[in-house]
Amino acid sequence: MPGTVRRRAPSPQWLLVAPALVLLTAILLVPLGRSVSRSVGTPSFTFAHYEALFTDGVTLTVLIRTALTAAVVTVITFVLGYPYAYLMTRVGPRVRGILMVVVLIPFWTSVMARNFAWIIILERHGPVNVLFKLFGLDLVLYESVAGVAVAMSQVLLPFMVLPLFSALGAIDRRLLLAARGLGSHPVAAFWRVYWPLSRGGVVSGLILVFTLSLGFYVTPALVGSPQQSLVAQLLGQRTTQLLDFEGASALGFVVLVVSLILVAWANRIGGTISAIGVVATNAPSATKGRS
Amino acid sequence: MTATVTRPADATPPAAAPATRRRDRAIDAIPWWLKLIGTVVALYLILPTLIVIPMSFSSASTFQFPPKDFSLRLYENFFTNPVWLSALRNSVVVAFLAALLATVVGTAAALGLHNLRGRLARFARTMLMISMVTPAVVIAVAVYISFLEWQLVGTFAGYVLAHAAIGVPFVLVSVTGALGGFDPKLLRASASLGAPPLRTFWFVTMPLIGRGIVTGAVFAFVTSFDEVVIALFLRSPDVQTLPVQMYNSVTVEIDPTIAASSSVVVTAVTAVCLLVQFVGGRRKSR
Amino acid sequence: MSATTTVPASVATTTGTRILLSNVVKDYGLATPAVDGVSLDIEPGEFMTLLGPSGSGKTTTLNLIAGFETLTAGAIAFNGTDVSTLPPHKRNLGMLFQNYALFPHMTVAQNVAYPLRERRLPKAEIARKVADVLKLVQLTGRDDTYPAQLSGGQQQRVALARAIVFGPNALLLDEPLGALDRNLRATLQAEIQRIHREVGTTFVFVTHDQEEAMTLSDRIALFNNGRIEQIGTPEALYRTPETLFTARFLGDSNVFPLTEPAGGKAVWEDSTWAVDPHTISARAAEGGPSALVVRPEDVRIAAGADAVPPNANCVAATVRGLDYLGAYRTAVLSLGRGGVVGRARIDAVETGPLIDRPVVAWWPVERQRVVAV
Repeated sequence: MPGTVRRRAPSPQWLLVAPALVLLTAILLVPLGRSVSRSVGTPSFTFAHYEALFTDGVTLTVLIRTALTAAVVTVITFVLGYPYAYLMTRVGPRVRGILMVVVLIPFWTSVMARNFAWIIILERHGPVNVLFKLFGLDLVLYESVAGVAVAMSQVLLPFMVLPLFSALGAIDRRLLLAARGLGSHPVAAFWRVYWPLSRGGVVSGLILVFTLSLGFYVTPALVGSPQQSLVAQLLGQRTTQLLDFEGASALGFVVLVVSLILVAWANRIGGTISAIGVVATNAPSATKGRS
Repeated sequence: MTATVTRPADATPPAAAPATRRRDRAIDAIPWWLKLIGTVVALYLILPTLIVIPMSFSSASTFQFPPKDFSLRLYENFFTNPVWLSALRNSVVVAFLAALLATVVGTAAALGLHNLRGRLARFARTMLMISMVTPAVVIAVAVYISFLEWQLVGTFAGYVLAHAAIGVPFVLVSVTGALGGFDPKLLRASASLGAPPLRTFWFVTMPLIGRGIVTGAVFAFVTSFDEVVIALFLRSPDVQTLPVQMYNSVTVEIDPTIAASSSVVVTAVTAVCLLVQFVGGRRKSR
Repeated sequence: MSATTTVPASVATTTGTRILLSNVVKDYGLATPAVDGVSLDIEPGEFMTLLGPSGSGKTTTLNLIAGFETLTAGAIAFNGTDVSTLPPHKRNLGMLFQNYALFPHMTVAQNVAYPLRERRLPKAEIARKVADVLKLVQLTGRDDTYPAQLSGGQQQRVALARAIVFGPNALLLDEPLGALDRNLRATLQAEIQRIHREVGTTFVFVTHDQEEAMTLSDRIALFNNGRIEQIGTPEALYRTPETLFTARFLGDSNVFPLTEPAGGKAVWEDSTWAVDPHTISARAAEGGPSALVVRPEDVRIAAGADAVPPNANCVAATVRGLDYLGAYRTAVLSLGRGGVVGRARIDAVETGPLIDRPVVAWWPVERQRVVAV
């Protein structure tokens, strides 16, 4: 039949892809979709559950606290991660290998083992407090937002260091010499040449760490204070204890959308998905970043 | 302008030429404070891992660091207490089945997507990867609500299916990576030599991408074995995984056996990963 | 590329700077110092080339002048003022790198304005100087282009403009043409020569390419193992090498290691040759092993010893092959008993069926040179 629509039969290769798509659809996409439809369709079409998030007096506070915690974690990882990534670009291949292994260690360490270790380190009689007391400080980080930030920053550092390392490694260091030869003080050379060229990696590291911080569940639950829960704990509480499935679904959807938008943004800037891929192939359990 | 010999070294020294040897360092040297920061950050990264091992040899019944005296009591409890043992067994079974499922469907998907082009294929790949960028707690909430209706909460099937779904991206990434260095001409060569497709897959494709499959399977296993957020939502009093039992031991029971458990898990995971590296490295060098 | 372009007043510097290196040493703690006691007097406005094989210390010397490396010992002075401890950004030198080192996140105009902004010049003056210097390097109108959008040659010209726009004490060029193809190299060589002439500042040029050095330089400092082997005009280095290293590095040579110290006679294998005292280099005259070198263009071929003129030295040879090089040919020779490989230039007219025939290679006594080994 000449002239009719020439529609090619789907390639048989799709048969290979189908089982994975079925699994992912049934186990992840359908539940996610159902939970979204539940959040706007119970009892009939309504945005009440979303409005409640901003009016119930609790959720908004928790969301703000979560965002602030995430921001603090992002700043900590940046302040520690930038010099570390820079150092990685400067040392010889042997030391660089060691630094790379060290940065991936949080991935190798089991989630529960790591959080358990942080409880030990941060609790009232733990080593950090012993150290603080030497300086006359009586400050317990355990069961505080600060303690959560310290513990979360450790596991999220790789997500800052790896994009930064690939961005900084791509900068030609001779540009710094050129700038100094042209009359720049070393500090000025850094700010006017090196820093602008590293900005892509910086932005993608910042967004990535911030996004991953938003969904942390175990660390705030174990290291943090029960009175100062973060959004993931609130989700858990609403789902398993209060059985407020509509409210939990609405809140989960907000977190998901914010996360996906941020990740897509970071991905446009610095190929973040591929960075996660690198992490995934170097470390056995990158999902720990989200715990 | 026509001097043909090197000017004598002592000719016309410039005004105020310092004769002393100056401290000789490259202008571009790594400053000491940068090395210090690097060391501190490195310590920060490895500190929690380092603390777990000595804790596991403590004899105290509290979480005290450094431990006052050492014993194997916690290990003894971990390997004899039925609660810990059944949690360990559950985790191994769930992780094995989840990894198996994820590896089979993930490898097939990677092979299929390798030969597919276009928007639809890209979309499919994104969909398969989406759990990597979705907060675990959001997945856990949605999965819990649906699994309640499907009566999968607290069942082996529930754990296996959920963990397989989040394991697929790891298999997909590592097999796709292995396929990147795979020459499709080899398939045609095999076919031209008379091998049917399945034999070609088994004798040509498999050996070449085997390392990618094994790596993906190990990732999927470890991901499930260590997964705690989804497992916490899906737990039932009867069926709990090891990470959930560890979670309980901190929040509910204050049971220091978690130290022995942590140390076992960290050691086992490291050993498995090193083994994969070692075996893979050997195959590569052949 | 007309040489008549007038130099914009804002770009021209009055005179160049005199750069004096006294016994400069750079030691990284390896077996031998990278720069081992180099003294060099570069005159104002001079085009000085640091020539040598890789690892000979020429680039390190340039970096020492620029301040990118610190001195282990010795001193460097600009116009009589010691700058040995001055950091690079206070030395006021223009620098041209092999990889151009243009800032990829800045436009052409921003790149060129960079050194002027660092010197806090008024905006209007910066704009004027940038326009002037872009005119000088013939890149007018490309102000808002990013480096990545330019060809290699254009990028190098932007780098050149950026290096001279602020009236530097001197321009240091670190193998700036190394990354360019042959034709572009020739064009940019001419460009660099023109700009040197028009701007009039001191140029210090590093290269391992002897032809490039011969073409561009007022003088060449030839580096070997961290020391200066010889300094002189291109012609002096070529015609009156002090050492075998110099003779071999610049151009082809026929080399005869002498078995006896240079005295009234030179002895090589069975041959004993007359030596004109003027052709013995100072270094060879100090004693020690020496060699007799003759340039291929000074070697002639004769059928037999009787055809050699009286005031000439000769050696038995066999012609192994002929290389056609356009304007002339060279014969590849096997010399003496040992069959040392040598070369002789033969004019197109005197070619005959020479291959594999025993001949006599000869040269005028005054065209040979005895050098230290």
